[in-house]
Amino acid sequence: MADTSPNAHPGWFTRIAHPGMFMGWSRHLVLPLVAITVIAFGVGLYFSFLASPADYQMGDTVRMMYVHVPTAWLSQFCYAVMFASAIGTLVWRHPMADVSQKAAAPLGAAFTALALFTGSMWGRPTWGTFWEWDGRMTSTLVLLFIYLGIIALWRAFDDQLKAARIVAVVTLVGAVNIPVIKFSVDWWQTLHQPASVFRMDGPTVDGSILVPLLVMTLAFSLLFMTLHLVRMRTEITRRRIRSLELAQARAAGGAA
Amino acid sequence: MRAFTAIIGRDLRLGLRQGGDLLTLVLFFVIVGVLLPFAVGPDRPLLAQLAPAIIWVAALLAQLLSHDRLFRSDFEDGSLALFRHASLSLDGIVFAKLIAHWLLTGLPLVVAMPVLALVLGLTADNFWLAVLTLLAGTPALTAFGAIGAAVTVGLKRGGLVAPVLVLPLSLPVLIFGTGAFDPTRVEASTQALLLLCALSLVSMALAPFAAALALKISGE
Repeated sequence: MADTSPNAHPGWFTRIAHPGMFMGWSRHLVLPLVAITVIAFGVGLYFSFLASPADYQMGDTVRMMYVHVPTAWLSQFCYAVMFASAIGTLVWRHPMADVSQKAAAPLGAAFTALALFTGSMWGRPTWGTFWEWDGRMTSTLVLLFIYLGIIALWRAFDDQLKAARIVAVVTLVGAVNIPVIKFSVDWWQTLHQPASVFRMDGPTVDGSILVPLLVMTLAFSLLFMTLHLVRMRTEITRRRIRSLELAQARAAGGAA
Repeated sequence: MRAFTAIIGRDLRLGLRQGGDLLTLVLFFVIVGVLLPFAVGPDRPLLAQLAPAIIWVAALLAQLLSHDRLFRSDFEDGSLALFRHASLSLDGIVFAKLIAHWLLTGLPLVVAMPVLALVLGLTADNFWLAVLTLLAGTPALTAFGAIGAAVTVGLKRGGLVAPVLVLPLSLPVLIFGTGAFDPTRVEASTQALLLLCALSLVSMALAPFAAALALKISGE
């Protein structure tokens, strides 16, 4: 008789969903990811500092862009990861989706804060102001507040399983802000320039600047993937320790 | 439909018979509105200019305070557990509760507006505009607040988390609410008012589903 029990040959879904199996296969991913990230940053930094020209108007301050644009892109990508994980939590009660959601929130907050910080550092020499209440900056600031609110909500719960599903609802609601950020430069005519890399008629940025920009975006995305994976592994370990401690406390209570 | 109106009636009765809450809310709204001129200084032209912002901030804070009682007592005395087995779906019940909540917390602010208008030196045009924007915008505040309240209903110490979650979402309401007071451009002001209406309609239509989902998870 053929073995039909689901545990004999776990499908890819189980392999992702089962925390123990996840720890097993993700262990081999961490070091290669770190290596690729370091290489990508090496190439990216070489291009952005040495092998690209200064802008004819902005001079060397244009190099701010190689940090600002990738962090800004990741601030939104991270929310997309949280959004997908939130759906995984609510629809399939996927345990790893819970962990992924929780691991992504502080990363998103950090990248959003970095995007705002580098943006204001760049805005000072080019626009003459650290801060302007324009559509994209305001909506990115709101994104930061949403991230921080989500982190606060995570910390308010003791029961992490319930917290994951509650936070998932908030994440889905907060997602209305993402299209606002995306289209803010088109809806309101402000200081911030409209989309110039991903356009229907091709990028309006010159190749010498586009190459370092894309490499740095790749490097930052890899950095996010690495940190996210490590944070997920840490979170699983933390939960294991907690459940072991609880079991121990329960055993000690039973003996007394 | 009968269940729907019954829920509205029940919440209205509960709210009105504890009349103290209602009065406190209106009092809070007026006091915040009176407090800010002291911070700004008694400069009448400046105050008249700032009046829309003051009114909206006062309304936002007053509404924020009232959200916690939206589901809290029903959650604690077990009514919510009963609601889940009612013939009306929980989404519908939450929608009914939102309407009752708005009637109890949104509408009184509009009624209390004349007091603030006098203190802040609003012109007659701006007064009617303020009434209109409050009527159009406060339902959205109630809807966002309901999501915050539903998400934190199971928390013993969730008091500060809900405002932190709700305030960023309420920002567009504030922007369009005060944006409607542009005396120089009638078009922009109408546009802001229409966007405010759209915001209220969409959030009132969708928030019950999110809030009901959060209530279901909290009740498990």
